[in-house]
Amino acid sequence: MRVLVIEDDRETAQFLQRSLRESGHNADVAGDGETGLAMARDGGYEVLIVDRMLPQRDGLSIVQTLRGEGTRTPVLILSALGEVDDRVKGLRAGGDDYLTKPYQYTELLARIEALARRPAPEQQETRYVVGDLVLDRLSHKVMRGGEPIVLQPREFRLLEYLMKHAGQVVTRTMLLENVWDYHFDPQTNVIDVHISRLRSKIDKSFAKPLLHTVRGAGYMIRDGSD
Amino acid sequence: MTALTRLLLSTPFRLALIYMGAFILAAGLTVGFIAWRANELLTTSVVETLRAEVVGLREQYQIGGPARLSAIIAERAADPGSSLYLLVDSAGQRAAGNLRQVPLELRDGNQRGVFTYMPQSGPAQGRPRVAVGVLFDLPGSLTLVVGRDIEDLRRFAWTMGRLGLWSVVILSALGIGGGLLISRSVLRRIETVNETTRTIMAGDLSGRIPLNGSGDELDRLAESLNAMLARIEELMGALREVSDNIAHDLKTPLNRLRNRAEAALRSSEGAGIYRDGLVKTIEEADELIKTFNSLLLIARLEGGAVAESMERLNPAFIIADVAELYEPVADEAGLSLSVSAEPGLTLTANRELVSQAVANLVDNAIKYSPDGARTGGNGANPVAPISIVLKRVADDIEIAVGDRGPGVAPEDRQRALQRFVRLEKSRSRPGSGLGLSLVAAVARLHGGSIRLEDNAPGLRAVLQLPAAGPNHAVPVFAGQLREH
Repeated sequence: MRVLVIEDDRETAQFLQRSLRESGHNADVAGDGETGLAMARDGGYEVLIVDRMLPQRDGLSIVQTLRGEGTRTPVLILSALGEVDDRVKGLRAGGDDYLTKPYQYTELLARIEALARRPAPEQQETRYVVGDLVLDRLSHKVMRGGEPIVLQPREFRLLEYLMKHAGQVVTRTMLLENVWDYHFDPQTNVIDVHISRLRSKIDKSFAKPLLHTVRGAGYMIRDGSD
Repeated sequence: MTALTRLLLSTPFRLALIYMGAFILAAGLTVGFIAWRANELLTTSVVETLRAEVVGLREQYQIGGPARLSAIIAERAADPGSSLYLLVDSAGQRAAGNLRQVPLELRDGNQRGVFTYMPQSGPAQGRPRVAVGVLFDLPGSLTLVVGRDIEDLRRFAWTMGRLGLWSVVILSALGIGGGLLISRSVLRRIETVNETTRTIMAGDLSGRIPLNGSGDELDRLAESLNAMLARIEELMGALREVSDNIAHDLKTPLNRLRNRAEAALRSSEGAGIYRDGLVKTIEEADELIKTFNSLLLIARLEGGAVAESMERLNPAFIIADVAELYEPVADEAGLSLSVSAEPGLTLTANRELVSQAVANLVDNAIKYSPDGARTGGNGANPVAPISIVLKRVADDIEIAVGDRGPGVAPEDRQRALQRFVRLEKSRSRPGSGLGLSLVAAVARLHGGSIRLEDNAPGLRAVLQLPAAGPNHAVPVFAGQLREH
């Protein structure tokens, strides 16, 4: 995956570049807003990581300009500003996701991978299948190995999100944001408990587990044979 | 700049000058116009009178001829007063009257108007005086001049003119003096404002502008400024408190983090220890970041930011969502979580923040529930319930979160709401001690409050929010205090 990092702090940019390479991605770095915009225009990137405050041209303006020109490359906005309103502004400007500094690299990686593989709205599937687990988004039914599984509404949405990103790491924060629509950090790790409940329903009586914990990062649903 | 130049340059003084100038100009124009019209009316009416007299004299002439006319004129001219007469015969000789000769001004064509003459007798003899007259030709080449002395009237007008001029001078002096007085009193009051500003700029934020109690616009301005200063002081206080807290309470974990890294580095046992040390260091750093974020959020909330993102919502949904989020955690701890919500309530609030506040309260309730209950209740120990109750009290929405934990002693309740305060009993449990102060900040932002009560047994935290939202509590200049 080709990633463009627009970030003026050299050390942060180099850290991201090196880490992304280690994760098997190809990352370029732009140190200011104008260079970043020019490089993003030339295209070929699957994801843009844009710092919000940049010299010459700020991050929001880059995103707005690109969107105005019809570029639909997914954008992750990085910012030290983490207020509710700041996030709303970032997303309104055309950003696809918003991450507040300081962040964990695993969180950033999980998010850009989710962004890069996000299907366009018109080609979203109505059924998700992972191994012998099937989730039907229209009838709200879940089956595993032909057996129906009864889920609470929130458990259904949790599973739906995990299956939509099957094979990708999904962090706790991503789940909290996308399944519960909360952008704060609950002091207790409530997500883990929800996951273990869900796991007991979809994995417990089956030989092969599908819902995996990724240490230090989050969760992933995948068919082991993939 | 001297006090005098400051006074002369002051706005009230300049306004007084401009006003005075305009007033004098208007007064001068009015008086001048009246004087001009009066003079003209006077002259015209005198001329009319003279005409009437001439008509009478001509009738006398027709009846009695030149002799009778001469006699009448001689008689009238002898009367003391302001009437002037002259009858000149065909030879150009004076036949009768008290004028010496036909006035130059009336000679050629211009047979009526103002002229000067020399009185023949009386106290004013020998000095030229002003008069109005008409000249008339009678049959037989006689010329008749009838006039009225208007010197006294002229004098009177002149005196009035001088008086007018003087009054302008006096008015100007009074105006300038009054302007100076007014300016001085206004300047003095403004100077008190300036002094207050200077003390504040020098760093003393407690300075306030003294009010004189008159309730006039300067007083009202001072009141607004004082309110603004109070708000700024409050915000600065909050900011200072945050930095103090950061200094005091983040230093300890920072130091711990540093020690841990140093210990790992010093160890000679190699990679495993390094790795362990780094993992711990990152964990500590994450905790620090969380604490830091909470602190910043609290500071922002107390600064009044985020106020624009209020919406109307049903509080029952908020507590249902939070309860749903925490239910598995409570369940795992062997605690049942009950929710009771009054239906049909609305609340103007920031969903995210109120959710976070309620989540913090529920989190605390779970954390501080007795350990006996945590094990799941073995019959002897009844399961300690956590209750969330939503109801309307007058114009407020109250969300009460109760537990069956140890509670908080009445004397500690106020302190428990402050930043970083963790009552001794809870030191061993995880948390930054910011949970309740964040709730308090959210409550304040919404114009509400948080209070701790006895749940008999246990603690009940009641979050009180005005249903209509913080319509009066939003600070005017919150926007300017936000970064970026």
